[in-house]
Amino acid sequence: MQTYDLESEGLRGLNSTLQKQSGETNQTNWQVINPKGSHAIAVGLDAPIEVTVKGSTGYYCAGMNQQATIKVEGSVGPGVAENMMSGQVIIDGDASQYAGATGHGGLLVIKGNASSRCGISMKGIDIVVHGDIGHMSAFMAQAGNLVVCGDAGDALGDSLYEARLFVRGSVKSLGADCIEKELRPEHYEILKDLLDRAGSDAKPEEFKRYGSARQLYNFDVDKSAAY
Amino acid sequence: MCGIVGLFLKDQSLAPQLGNMLTDMLITMTDRGPDSAGIAIYGEDSIGKTKITVQSPNADSDFVGLAEELGKGLGVAVTQTDNDTHTVLDIPAGQFEAARSILAEIRPSVRIMSRGENLEIYKEVGLPKDVADRFNLSGMTGTHGIGHTRMATESAVTTMGAHPFNTGSDQCLVHNGSLSNHNSLRRKLRREGVTIQTENDTEVGAAYLTWKMMNGATLGEALQSSLDDLDGFFTFVVGTKDGFGVVRDPIACKPAVMAETDQYVAFGSEYRALVNLPGIEDARVWEPEPATVYFWSHNDSPTSQEKAA
Repeated sequence: MQTYDLESEGLRGLNSTLQKQSGETNQTNWQVINPKGSHAIAVGLDAPIEVTVKGSTGYYCAGMNQQATIKVEGSVGPGVAENMMSGQVIIDGDASQYAGATGHGGLLVIKGNASSRCGISMKGIDIVVHGDIGHMSAFMAQAGNLVVCGDAGDALGDSLYEARLFVRGSVKSLGADCIEKELRPEHYEILKDLLDRAGSDAKPEEFKRYGSARQLYNFDVDKSAAY
Repeated sequence: MCGIVGLFLKDQSLAPQLGNMLTDMLITMTDRGPDSAGIAIYGEDSIGKTKITVQSPNADSDFVGLAEELGKGLGVAVTQTDNDTHTVLDIPAGQFEAARSILAEIRPSVRIMSRGENLEIYKEVGLPKDVADRFNLSGMTGTHGIGHTRMATESAVTTMGAHPFNTGSDQCLVHNGSLSNHNSLRRKLRREGVTIQTENDTEVGAAYLTWKMMNGATLGEALQSSLDDLDGFFTFVVGTKDGFGVVRDPIACKPAVMAETDQYVAFGSEYRALVNLPGIEDARVWEPEPATVYFWSHNDSPTSQEKAA
């Protein structure tokens, strides 16, 4: 286990050290102490290493992650795991706005709540939130799965493309072109797998599925108010 | 951008350290607003008195004999406590409007920062650290306070454009965001008799709340109606004699983090601003909801009232 003290050794050193790790490294376990809400912790990693952040972080933690597993023992600020490609990011506490935005792959687990715009423009990432999510989540989401064990806020899935949204609790309102859809056997499989990997004991049959009505894909003057 | 910090003490044994804690929070928010900084601090009750905090770009000449001349004009005893470019004038309660017109005559270049029984506002252009140093903010004591670091968008980088803004007795407001209907609202509020000194959007937000409260609204009601009447982006933190309130617009792009322990309620634009507060590791930390009014008051003991409106 390698320990990095962010307060005394600085952010640039942390990210350049972690970014230098390759698939062959034997330094596979890292912990970051004294994060104290700093921004851009553990970004741009591209090796199958495990990084544990011992405390809460600021903006853009674990951005652009590939392969690495990053755990935060605290809460995270805006834009956690933004544009993740692969790997896993696990947050013990809450996440601020636009968690997992534009992510292409990998798994983001938030054990507390996520606030507004969770999964905005997601492009293939899987996101599991154990608590609630805020308004405008999955806005223009294109691919991937967003699983919410609690409730969803206003305008869920507005202008949605092909991402799948699963919500166990209530949905305050659906956004334009987002509708409830049938939960078919293949969806139970996806849900079960994601809930298992995210350490949630919620049952797939307790969820509802939401997706795109596919009415806004092409411009239609009769629907101009909905764009 | 802009950075906001706020600290409301539940445990008054921390009062001697209020300035110190707020200053540390303020300086941490320098990245969000390096062009100006300000702090509103609620100190001891000055019963039967009004404190007017004034600023002058020519403090050396303007503040000489100021209390004496103002006292002569008002026909009462006035004291002054100088602090760099600011001085606090203590006048008998109920004389503020008279004092304002006398000041305009005897010292035209003096600008009024705040008035109230408890409130003092100190603000200047410059890095938050330099602003804090020149006023010795870290040595100040009080029951609650609000600070702001500014990155100007809607009006020039001037002392008068810095936050907090005070538009009514013991009221102050700081803002992260930008209001888009401030020009029309400013015209309307001026017609209604509210004094607005600058072309800044935030001052209009502050004046709007003052106007609502002049017409009988509670602070909670005034904040609630701001959600309908103000256009644009805002996270507001508002100070009053008894406490402070927080409201964010329904879109809630502008960040906000709050922390509460048995000793205090704290606000920061980022969690970074809160990390040196005592007991933060075990505090309840959360993000205030959009379009929801929060308020804490020293009058609602033992636990304050959340989501007052």
